[in-house]
Amino acid sequence: MKDIHQFLCSPAEATHRHGPHDRIVMSSRVRLARNLREHAFPGWAKKPERVKILETILPAVSALPEMADSFGEAMDNLTALDKQLLVERHLISREHAAKSVGSGLVVDRAESFCVLINEEDHLRMQALRPGFQTREAWLAIDKLDSALEKKLNYAFDDGLGYLTACPTNLGTGIRVSAMLHLPGLVLGEQINPIIQSVNKLGLAVRGLYGEGTEALGNVFQVSNQMTLGESETVIVERLEKVLGQIVEHEENARQMLMEKKPKVVYNHIGRAYGVLANAHSISSKETMNLLSLLRLGVDMAMFPGTQRGLVDELFLTTQPAHLQKQVSDKLTAEERDLLRADMVREQLKSVSRPVTK
Amino acid sequence: MNTDRFIFAVLIQRCIPTTVSELIMQCCVCKEKPATVHLTQIVGEKMQKLDLCEDCAKAKGVNDPTSFAMADLMLGLGASQELDASAGAAEVKCPRCGFSQADFKKSGRLGCPQCYQTFAEGLGGLLKTMHKGTRHVGKAPENLRKTRELGDRLKSLQKKLAKAIGEEDYETAAEFRDEIKAMTGAAPAKSR
Repeated sequence: MKDIHQFLCSPAEATHRHGPHDRIVMSSRVRLARNLREHAFPGWAKKPERVKILETILPAVSALPEMADSFGEAMDNLTALDKQLLVERHLISREHAAKSVGSGLVVDRAESFCVLINEEDHLRMQALRPGFQTREAWLAIDKLDSALEKKLNYAFDDGLGYLTACPTNLGTGIRVSAMLHLPGLVLGEQINPIIQSVNKLGLAVRGLYGEGTEALGNVFQVSNQMTLGESETVIVERLEKVLGQIVEHEENARQMLMEKKPKVVYNHIGRAYGVLANAHSISSKETMNLLSLLRLGVDMAMFPGTQRGLVDELFLTTQPAHLQKQVSDKLTAEERDLLRADMVREQLKSVSRPVTK
Repeated sequence: MNTDRFIFAVLIQRCIPTTVSELIMQCCVCKEKPATVHLTQIVGEKMQKLDLCEDCAKAKGVNDPTSFAMADLMLGLGASQELDASAGAAEVKCPRCGFSQADFKKSGRLGCPQCYQTFAEGLGGLLKTMHKGTRHVGKAPENLRKTRELGDRLKSLQKKLAKAIGEEDYETAAEFRDEIKAMTGAAPAKSR
């Protein structure tokens, strides 16, 4: 059996992928929900039926040209640690990580496609792209879906479109989303009105790991909610427009902060650097929140010679499962905090103190 | 209807707890007064939260959290009532998978693709509050795309035909009639 950790590229490689506007838009993703006509939805189907569905879908997906170099596995063959690793990479949902017999996934090595089998729907296929590339992600997943529809008998209704387990995904089954780093809006205390106006447009704002999670490290996910009555293109274009506006607001907020409250910015970033570069024990939550400020400092040219990728890599490698994967012994939470601090100190040795004017 | 939409949009944000609920502990309905009524429901591995102010909680009849159904949380307040009302007290079950109205109320999800037909009546109202429209626009599987396009075209022709007849423009009407005839072959689609 292949090891997912060995299969996926290293965190260093994964976090040095670039895309347009990746200062603020960390990644874009488009997900489509699909189901097979002949079967009950995963939440209602009994175990043997779910296994049968998995056995139908897994080979069909693995055989797609896009999945030539892919990792396909049933969830019961993955360890809890592997599943957590996949969550930290944003490849599977927490909900899917809790699945076992009768569920599975297929992910390609470049992490540009990830198909979840028997999550809430029989198929949840997603295309992922670095930076602001929602349209590219839609075109990619549209193509994958068109190839797959020739092999599988989708549940589709003339009036209601693609039928999904939850009526909230009915119709197009599409969810377009982007992960945004918005420290400027948070520090400038403008994030709440922004979230509220985005909500009013019928879009959702969520935390780092999707539904029901908090915005650790000032990272927010913005996505559409309505899926019926509008075409995929219209939905993608609306998201594009709103995301463009949020990016602009974030840029303005950063500029305003530097003009009006430079000391506040220097203080936050300087303290973040101080703690990260000198701590001997640090939790994953504190690390993420401080790394967010370090990332802002890199964007604001306060760490000349330091790449944003270094911060993004730490963002990933300091997460519990990634940390655990680096050592053979099972670590306790306290031991992880020590190891995490060691690793961050080591990495920041090459980063000099922030430059302030 | 407008206020319904609004309520729904807000609920979806807040019920699926987000960062937002951490940042603003405002009532998720009126978004003005501070939330003092906090509802949490755990079903399976999912936790759902709802934060309401005193007045909105009363207005929505949320005094007893146990009477609060998942369908309401997922789909907006009033969702399960709407379903109940449409089906009456009788317990409708999906003939294909055995899923019932009560199961939907509990989980907020349906049992199988066929359920959409079984529960069509109750779902209609829900979909209206939940989405931009109630008819799918957009991608369709290729093998269905042609029949779909044909159907759409036929419908629009029939509308035009009716309009032409209404306006007593029989010349144009005849053109549309011939076009419909040509599309549907020998047997007209809906002949009287």
